Amino acid sequence: MNISVTVNGQAHTLDVEPRLLLVHLIRENLNLTGTHIGCDTSNCGACTVLLDGKPVKSCTVFAVQANGRTVQTIEGVAENGNLHPLQEGFWERHGLQCGYCTPGMIMTAKALLEKNPNPTEDEIRWAISGNLCRCTGYVKIVEAIQYAAEKLQAREKVEA
Amino acid sequence: MADVRITTPPEISGMGHRMKRKEDPRFLQGAGHYVDDVKLPGMLYLDIVRSPYAHARILKIDASKALALPGVLAVITGEDLKKAGNLHWMPTLMSDTQMVLPIDKVVYYAQEVCAVVATERYIAADGVELVEVEYDPLPAVVDPYEALKDEVIVRDDKEKKTNHIWHWEAGDKAATDKVFAEAARVVKEHIYIPRIHVSSIETCGMVADWDKINGHMTIYMTSQAPHAHRTVFSLVSGLPEQQIRIISPDIGGGFGGKVPVYPGYVLCAVASLVTGKPVKWIEDRSENLQADSFARDYHIDAELALDKDGRITGLRAKTVADHGAADAACNPSKFPAGLYSVATGSYDLKAAHMEVDGVYTTKPPGGIAYRCSFRVTEAVHMIERMVDIAAHEIGEDPAQFRLKNFIKPEQFPYKSVTGWTYDSGNYHGALKLAMDIIGYDALRKEQAEKRARGELMGIGISSFTEIVGAGPSHTFDILGLKMFDSCEIRIHPTGKAIARLGTKSQGQGHETTFAQIIAEELGIPASDIKIEEGDTDTAPYGLGTYASRSTPTAGAATAVAARKIRAKARQIAAHLLEVKEDDLEWNVNKFQVKGSPDQAKTIQEIAFAAYTNHPQGMEAGLEAVNYYDPPNLTFPFGSYICVVDIDRGTGEVKIRRFVAVDDCGNIINPMIVEGQIHGGLTMGMAPALLEEIVYDENGQNLSGTFADYLLPTAVETPKWELGKTITPSPHHPIGAKGVGESATVGAPPAIANAVVDALWHLGVRHVDIPITPYKVWKLLREHGVTE
Repeated sequence: MNISVTVNGQAHTLDVEPRLLLVHLIRENLNLTGTHIGCDTSNCGACTVLLDGKPVKSCTVFAVQANGRTVQTIEGVAENGNLHPLQEGFWERHGLQCGYCTPGMIMTAKALLEKNPNPTEDEIRWAISGNLCRCTGYVKIVEAIQYAAEKLQAREKVEA
Repeated sequence: MADVRITTPPEISGMGHRMKRKEDPRFLQGAGHYVDDVKLPGMLYLDIVRSPYAHARILKIDASKALALPGVLAVITGEDLKKAGNLHWMPTLMSDTQMVLPIDKVVYYAQEVCAVVATERYIAADGVELVEVEYDPLPAVVDPYEALKDEVIVRDDKEKKTNHIWHWEAGDKAATDKVFAEAARVVKEHIYIPRIHVSSIETCGMVADWDKINGHMTIYMTSQAPHAHRTVFSLVSGLPEQQIRIISPDIGGGFGGKVPVYPGYVLCAVASLVTGKPVKWIEDRSENLQADSFARDYHIDAELALDKDGRITGLRAKTVADHGAADAACNPSKFPAGLYSVATGSYDLKAAHMEVDGVYTTKPPGGIAYRCSFRVTEAVHMIERMVDIAAHEIGEDPAQFRLKNFIKPEQFPYKSVTGWTYDSGNYHGALKLAMDIIGYDALRKEQAEKRARGELMGIGISSFTEIVGAGPSHTFDILGLKMFDSCEIRIHPTGKAIARLGTKSQGQGHETTFAQIIAEELGIPASDIKIEEGDTDTAPYGLGTYASRSTPTAGAATAVAARKIRAKARQIAAHLLEVKEDDLEWNVNKFQVKGSPDQAKTIQEIAFAAYTNHPQGMEAGLEAVNYYDPPNLTFPFGSYICVVDIDRGTGEVKIRRFVAVDDCGNIINPMIVEGQIHGGLTMGMAPALLEEIVYDENGQNLSGTFADYLLPTAVETPKWELGKTITPSPHHPIGAKGVGESATVGAPPAIANAVVDALWHLGVRHVDIPITPYKVWKLLREHGVTE
């Protein structure tokens, strides 16, 4: 099947098998290997990307379902060569260790902050509850997202 | 609270600085490079047919339909491996044997039966579906006590037809029996520590790339121990070791699960040898959960002897260790039960005796893959549960009971009755600090008030002693390979540096912490030092990263190698300043003339001179290597206090607060240490409350996906509160002890003790982990609290 999909701002037209998973399209066909696979039951969230701005587990979406839509992956998060406040927050607050869950975690957090710019700790914890991290114990991930929320809000104030 | 010692300015960032991690920018931008990211031209994919039975004869494997599928190139069976030179069996790291692929029978559910090689990942999976295998099911044996009856023999390939693998003892039986005979009270309990799975978020995998023309094999592998794996591969395959290069790229968490050699690795390498093409094998999560190495599965009968004053005098424990279908636990070879004999823990006992029997069952092999320091988790859970039961039985406060029985600070170095020499410790300091932070006395008051109102609140303590840093070569080896570790440092002419080590980070931040050790010793900014690990062609030999051994071994090697460089730098500085070496003193990043500090040469100036103006007669260059053979193990410790509230209706256990005071000796990077403790606590909470690999009576795995095997999410995980004391290791070059597993080892009994503390007055004396709401609800019902 022919599909057209825009990934990180770049348009692609591809011929894919109907059963191809979006995560494999991203990783194998487009060579964007920042999106990871950690399970086969949609539990771990390592494969989370934004589909039309909404977080989806790309192992549970067929590539053909992305036809005509836009996808953002971790490779598209930095802005003009600068780290996004979320990436900065994860670095500053030690929100990652092995780095395997990090891309999915950042994409989920990005969707959260776009919907809820000033989340409580509880709201952050619930928002990332579909993303498993085996290294950090989540405390510093929560702090990293809080760091980004503050930074994004400060930036908005300056722009306003 | 203890202050971390800092001697360098932030621009150098030696020890003690909260330096941001050097490895993070690539991970944050999706540019990490894990095994599944390796893509080579013409690469094929391997997928595995697995057994639907725990125990069955194989009658027939029919691969014809799979082979007829376009894109399927080969199906590899046990017979094929046998013909290729008896490769259907392989040694385990415990000198037992394990099937790569079976010929006669399978011995665990999800065991590898044959492998399909195809041009694409999806076609390989299709091929797996098309292979037809006929089985004749045999009875499974999942309970090790049943297995010991030898009615069903798991390993009929062995000469001795028994499921009993080995018997192991530690301590002094006669002395212990005497202590128990004289005891005023004996406290007994049966404790089961269930089978769990490490579940790093990245599963295991490999890309094997056989170069037929040059006879060279390049392997990308999720390996925590690439050097040892290469030696084993070479010895088993007969390929010369210099013709094998193992590259362990970025690893998405290891925790011990990437130490064993699994059949899939061997099959992937064989597939590349057979096809002459690069071959990739990546496990699914369900394969990873169902077939890879597990941890624990210890059935313990423990006894504590107490004298009339409530002092613990002895420990006696008999344990049945369920190893599954092979002994593949990856312990040091002289320690079939790992370092379990550290079970006297933080207490000053007169005698102890421990026995363990290893048993085969029809379950996957393994034993220690869960951030556990070679069975120290089992040891700590046992002693900390027993101490708590003893305190409750005699009606003494569990904190006071521990303080009374601890080894005293002046007793270090302390010789334990099971033969270990604890290097340093201050157990009273750690527990008292934890009690201060959490407000222990107020909590006990609150608990009494709540109990009067019928509310269930518990306070649990765990005061653990870890034993890490394996290990001294006189005692520690794996398959004969001594457990030293290594570091090689080269200083470039411009004063920058590269260091390579025999260890392999899986998220621990080695690229940062090892640079900080060199920065501390040589004054070169940590940001100017590149750290490399995991490539057997370039890194010096080492036994790898597991059991919290990297800082105690490779970290020590790093400091010693840096000191060798500093000794040579002194000679060069003396030459440049035209003074005697004795006239020089080191100051952060330079040698200066004593009494005349303006006359000085920085490490960068010295490095440049090492290549441009070195003294005649001296070797040019500035580099050093050290293979560090530790004189002893290190003994990190800590005291954890957990407060739980239990829902009387549902049995749900909620961790209200958890304070962890850790002492890992001198600290290299406090931020990274905190991260290790947070992660370790979460992996301690997981088996305490959630995780267990469960089998039914037929040996079917009932927890083979993440939908059934519950890892903690951000919602269940509490906000950990940390404190620290610092008691340096007297024998380690930088006084560090290692910290990666302390919290996993220490946390489970704190939680279990809190739950039992909440229920003791109802008549509950012990609950096996995981303490699920259902288990607690049943107890509440038994004791008339809920209906």
